[in-house]
Amino acid sequence: MKIKGTLLLLMFAVMAVLTGCEPLMVLNPKGPQAQTQADVILLSIGIMSFIVIAVFAILIYMLVKYRASKQSDDYEPPHIEGNHIVEGIIVGIPILIVIVLSIVSVRSNYLVEATPEGYEDQDPLVVYAQSSNWKWHFSYPEEGIETVNYLYIPTDRALEFKLYSDGPITSFWVPQLGGQKYAMSDMVTTLHLAADAPGEYMGRNANFSGEGFAENTFSVNAVTPDEFDEWVDEVQETAKPLTEDKYNELLEPGHLGQLTFSSTHLEFSPAPEGEHGGHHHGGSSDDSEEENMEMDHENMDETHDHSE
Amino acid sequence: MDFFDRFAIPHPSPVIYASMVAIALTLVAIVAGVTYTKKWGYLWREWLTTVDHKRIGMMYLISALLMLFRGGADAIMMRAQTALPENTLLDSQHYNEIFTTHGVVMIIFMAMAFIMALMNFVVPLQIGARDVAFPRLNALSFWLYFWGAMLFNISFVIGGSPDAGWTSYFPLAGNEFSQSVGTNYYMIAIQIAGLGTLITGINFIVTILKMRAPGMKLMKMPMFTWSALITNLIIVFAFPVLTVALAMGTIDRLFGGNFFTTTDGGMDMLWANLFWVWGHPEVYILILPAFGIYSEIIPTFARRNLYGYKSMVASIVLISVLSFVVWVHHFFTMGQGAMVNSIFSITTMAIAIPTGIKIFNWLFTLWKGKITITVPMLYSLGFIPIFTIGGVTGVMLGMSAADYQYHNTMFLVAHFHLVIIPGVVFAMLAGLTYWWPKMFGFMLNERIGKLSFWLISIGTCVAFFPMFISGLDGQARRMYTYSEATGFGIWNMISFVGAIMLAAGFVTIVYNIYYSTRYASRDISSDPWDARSLEWATHTPVPDYNFAITPQVNSSEAFWDSKKNGHKLFPGNYKEIHMPNNSGVPFIMSAIFFVLGFALVFSIWILAVIALLGIFACLAHRSFEQDHGYHIPVEEVKETEEKLGGARQ
Repeated sequence: MKIKGTLLLLMFAVMAVLTGCEPLMVLNPKGPQAQTQADVILLSIGIMSFIVIAVFAILIYMLVKYRASKQSDDYEPPHIEGNHIVEGIIVGIPILIVIVLSIVSVRSNYLVEATPEGYEDQDPLVVYAQSSNWKWHFSYPEEGIETVNYLYIPTDRALEFKLYSDGPITSFWVPQLGGQKYAMSDMVTTLHLAADAPGEYMGRNANFSGEGFAENTFSVNAVTPDEFDEWVDEVQETAKPLTEDKYNELLEPGHLGQLTFSSTHLEFSPAPEGEHGGHHHGGSSDDSEEENMEMDHENMDETHDHSE
Repeated sequence: MDFFDRFAIPHPSPVIYASMVAIALTLVAIVAGVTYTKKWGYLWREWLTTVDHKRIGMMYLISALLMLFRGGADAIMMRAQTALPENTLLDSQHYNEIFTTHGVVMIIFMAMAFIMALMNFVVPLQIGARDVAFPRLNALSFWLYFWGAMLFNISFVIGGSPDAGWTSYFPLAGNEFSQSVGTNYYMIAIQIAGLGTLITGINFIVTILKMRAPGMKLMKMPMFTWSALITNLIIVFAFPVLTVALAMGTIDRLFGGNFFTTTDGGMDMLWANLFWVWGHPEVYILILPAFGIYSEIIPTFARRNLYGYKSMVASIVLISVLSFVVWVHHFFTMGQGAMVNSIFSITTMAIAIPTGIKIFNWLFTLWKGKITITVPMLYSLGFIPIFTIGGVTGVMLGMSAADYQYHNTMFLVAHFHLVIIPGVVFAMLAGLTYWWPKMFGFMLNERIGKLSFWLISIGTCVAFFPMFISGLDGQARRMYTYSEATGFGIWNMISFVGAIMLAAGFVTIVYNIYYSTRYASRDISSDPWDARSLEWATHTPVPDYNFAITPQVNSSEAFWDSKKNGHKLFPGNYKEIHMPNNSGVPFIMSAIFFVLGFALVFSIWILAVIALLGIFACLAHRSFEQDHGYHIPVEEVKETEEKLGGARQ
């Protein structure tokens, strides 16, 4: 059939655009989580195209065959209540499709919500990602460094992002490494990612957060583990520690370039998790806040701005 | 903020000042026009105080069309701004206000009003009733909606529009991050209109359950009435959640509450949950009446009964139940873990099953039919393919792991426009064209109507298909601009072209109304489409009392049976007819609600207290009022029937 052929051609054209020479970001994964998601997306596009084609074909058939202009004037359509077999089919096939998709969906849910497959042997790199209007603050607690609006990550190692926000709900998203997750003010959410290939990837806040939302982006530099270690050492040598005053200044609404510090804000302003969380009920909590306020800082004045 | 500063627009621009002037001039023109033609008395007696469901339906219709153009203007500005990379037509703040009001106006004040218009006009006629169960409450519903809409629509010239998105997520919408009064308008205007909707819900459930014509068992109701019943049940269950959420948001914003703040134990996820516990059923409140409309139109123009009536009823009931257990899919990315996401992923995809049943039943209704392509039928047939594409992408979004990549992107925007436009807008335009002759006594021009259909349906595809691609390429929604390097430019430019086609389509609809009002023949039968249900059994124009004799029903297509199988629809003789009196109280009380809303938006407490007392006075007036309606004597019924073309069989 001509129409069917055209439809198939159209589908192939769409697929070509989706996966073609300049692949779309989400379908050009650079890590296991994004790979899982891209696989689910392509599989579901395939199954859904089958449904779309079926509906289009039936519609076109009905319209071509049962137009009034093709029938005699005295034709009176019959009264048809329904048919158990036909209704069984139109219920049965969608149920089967939904079951298949449910299995795929549940399986992929557990994959993206866990340490990426194949990376379980080493400890993940933990990075705290805090958003403030309209910036991202990345703290590496084990390395003792902090960056603003850019990330350095090692390839071939699991990454565990601890997300929270200083204000409105934001969403941490690096499409080529994996899907997004919300950062909120009263709790910490965890996003598991990993990068397979070195490169510079786009990251952004995907959840509308007010005036500066469009520019609320960051860059992700995935480098080999050796290069990552070198970068950590270099930051420790050249960057200045982050003071509380400086940190509070950084939180002010606005946009900043890329900054680098040789200490993290987690020491004096911990993430809202555990005893600092907004949602733990009972028990006293206000212990560390004031103590931390009194922690002395040698370098209150200048911090080193590290630009690329 | 100083008292008077609140009234200033936070981000003025020439467009807003021009709008102010235009609004003022329009108001002056309306007042002058009505005064000059001496129509104040007519306006008051026939429209502002009416309790007639048909007139209330028409007023909803006019309001919905006005709101369509308000929301459409926002849409065009959005698409124009994003058509080019780094465009400076609008700044970030304006863009944020515009997409917020676009969403609110289109959902709450356009789509809701449109379904209310058609439900009001059609449902009592379809079940053979004289009016709704509580005619005066019905008027109150409309006027609460109307004044709520007015309150929302003055925001952009007095004090500034809300700018936190139509979802108004806290803490962004809280005082800390939204200091202008914009979000107050959101909280209070939607609350006032929402009260009206809730009242409608109760009114129509009672109407449909208690006022059907003799013989019309539940399983013999026309499908549009079925969809209206289920829709109103959803309204009654879902809207109280919105009422509570808006009240909590209002307390946070006006009285220093901490339900949703970042400090003092406020919980930002609570708003998102409450909003979508209402918001997802709301989607089905919009789409079920649309399904009902298609279920009326497709059989009419296929000249066949609806295929699989029972499974159609079962599927809308199932959809209504499922609509309450899927809300988490609006924020799979909130971090509730694989288990919760899996459950909501499955419930979400399960909705595809009853929806699929409906699609296939419509297709099989065409089978062995005799299809004539009229404008209402064109919209119904155009709905099927476009809605299928929108629907299957919804299933894709329902797969939560993949949703982490679709969420908050243009892919999502493409999906919900491709279900809402064919699902709701096409249905409303189909229903408008289909019932227009019954409402106004003449038909809309078919040629202009077909042009509108093609402009709107092709425009929809051109505007929204490119968003699937730019979404998968990483374009987040609600970004007022993007750099050229992203490569989003071409897709957004195509979208803009589609948006212009859509706008042109809607302009042709208005032109069609103008053209047909002037030139269309008034000499049409009361059943111009050769239709199947009861609303076509009475005269055009429909007399105040709808049916001189209460119809006797034997099937879901009683009128068709009376035409083809000799069923006697109107047995017996004329009797005296009991009708409700008009009342000005709903209009006055709702206007006072507007004043109360305005006072709350700007924290003018004395005025708020006075307005509140006024509302209580209106309630008290109703409680002590003796009003038993009036009776139309038999002679007058006979006279009216003869004037309208003789008695009905």
